[in-house]
Amino acid sequence: MRQLIFACIALLGLLFAACGGANSSSDQGDASSSKEQKAPPKEEVAISEEVLAAGEAVYNTYCMACHMADGNGVPNMNPPLGETEWVNGDKATLINIVLKGLTEPIEVHGETYSSIMPPHNFLSDEDIASVLTFVKNSFGNSSGSVTTEEVASLRAGG
Amino acid sequence: MNSPSFLPTSARWIFLLGVSMAFLTACQPEPAQVDDPKALTSDADNGTLNLPDGFGAIVVADTIGRARHIAVRDNGDIYVKLRKLQNGHGILALRDTDGDGRIDQTDGFGEFTGTGIAIHDGYLYATSDSSVYRYELVEGQLLPKLPGQLMVGGFPIQGQHAAKPLTFDGMDNMYVNIGAPSNACQEEMRTKGSPGLDPCPQLDRQAGIWRFSASQPGQTQIADGHRYATGIRNAMALDWNAEVNSLFVVQHGRDDLDRLFPEHFTTEERLELPAEEFLQVSDGDDFGWPYCYFDGFTDKKTLAPEYGGDGEKQGRCEGMKAPIESFPAHLAPNDLLFYNGDMFPEKYKKGAFIAFHGSWNRAPAEQQGYFVVFVPLLNGIPSGEWEVFASGFPNLEEVKSPRDAVYRPTGLAQGPDGSLYITDSVKGRIWRVVYDGHV
Repeated sequence: MRQLIFACIALLGLLFAACGGANSSSDQGDASSSKEQKAPPKEEVAISEEVLAAGEAVYNTYCMACHMADGNGVPNMNPPLGETEWVNGDKATLINIVLKGLTEPIEVHGETYSSIMPPHNFLSDEDIASVLTFVKNSFGNSSGSVTTEEVASLRAGG
Repeated sequence: MNSPSFLPTSARWIFLLGVSMAFLTACQPEPAQVDDPKALTSDADNGTLNLPDGFGAIVVADTIGRARHIAVRDNGDIYVKLRKLQNGHGILALRDTDGDGRIDQTDGFGEFTGTGIAIHDGYLYATSDSSVYRYELVEGQLLPKLPGQLMVGGFPIQGQHAAKPLTFDGMDNMYVNIGAPSNACQEEMRTKGSPGLDPCPQLDRQAGIWRFSASQPGQTQIADGHRYATGIRNAMALDWNAEVNSLFVVQHGRDDLDRLFPEHFTTEERLELPAEEFLQVSDGDDFGWPYCYFDGFTDKKTLAPEYGGDGEKQGRCEGMKAPIESFPAHLAPNDLLFYNGDMFPEKYKKGAFIAFHGSWNRAPAEQQGYFVVFVPLLNGIPSGEWEVFASGFPNLEEVKSPRDAVYRPTGLAQGPDGSLYITDSVKGRIWRVVYDGHV
């Protein structure tokens, strides 16, 4: 009989645990934060203050309205620019996003962003190079520079 | 479940009794009586909210996930739609079993994300970004009958403004917002200087409110839907006002006038244009998007720059149906609720609450919104100035970047006792606003 009582108590306990589990398991917010992201690769290339200042001016005119002054973007709509491979990875991909825009939703830091990125091919090669150099060295990024020649080459279809 | 066969017969009965009791006590506690005055004590800080004198707020649930719209059943059970699955569920079912106003039972179902949710005629309706489903509610049970039924499918797949909030008129009709898949129907989306498509083909199926049967499963947009109103860019906030028997919506106005047409608009003008519009919607109405926007300073529907506008011309927008009220630009109205409860003081009765998610298109200036406003109404028409009812959601002095906001109000619902429920889309906090004079 003692075994039986134990069996009942154990089963009841299991049931309570199973039913109560729905409460505790819902207590999970989004764990991702910028602190958990890997540091971007460092490149020991001196970047002129002049280029960064020019890039910041372009950013403030054409980028900030959507990506915000802090580069954090707008949840669900416009993606953040800090510490992401979209910015710090393949340069051709990055330059082409500015030249051609993006029409499909993209995922950054595990979140989906559904607004579109308009093409900015009306900007000069120099402006695109400087603004991307600014972005690659702001918002926690430190991933080198983009040159006017690199932009010109991709614009020409290279 | 079979009882273990190693137990003697009498023991099996005790075992079964134990199992039954466990289910009764642990799995299906009754919702607390909604008029139980026992312990509806507001949180000391009202869960960070600032409210008018006499009101208080209880944090009903916290960090439940990316909450969108909310529905509260007549027994007090709460259903919340999520835009991101939480433990595989897109709809959360919440119950307060001890009457303190705070949730102590949580369950989930519906494996799709979305925004819209509402209770109508014994069913819980919920929407993904492409379909409307419903679930039959079961007496006493927190979870509805599963699986649900597809009510309407065949909506266009779109990235922008894809949410499908909905409401009902009590006459077997269901109204669904189908947002515009663009900012202003430009040839090249959101691109500087790009002209607008004329006519805008998006108006055929999008940028409007569509009416469907509330009771017929298996409908599709084209075969069964009726384009009730058009020229509405995106109406996250919609509700039927039973007092005047009409649909009302609050529109998300367009973005980026200065970035797209810097020759006609300064940054300062873009910060304040266009006004967000509170619209009374009748069958056949056209509110002018993408050809027109509403200038809250001149109170005129004004020709959009994509269609030859310069910030002053009215052109084809002259005579276009005007809003019944307007709000500052870019505040993002995400839900509308006509209050008809008994709890709040007289001035709130038959008025409207609007949850403004908060702006992003006000950079580099301070972002605005992130609050719930109250609009006093008489016969469905504003009878006084609108006022901020609940603020403090961002929990910051100033919001420069939307991501900094700790909470952003998104969904509204009225409880059976007249409480006002508000959801937050960032962390998933739910507040229940009560009038202290009542408890």
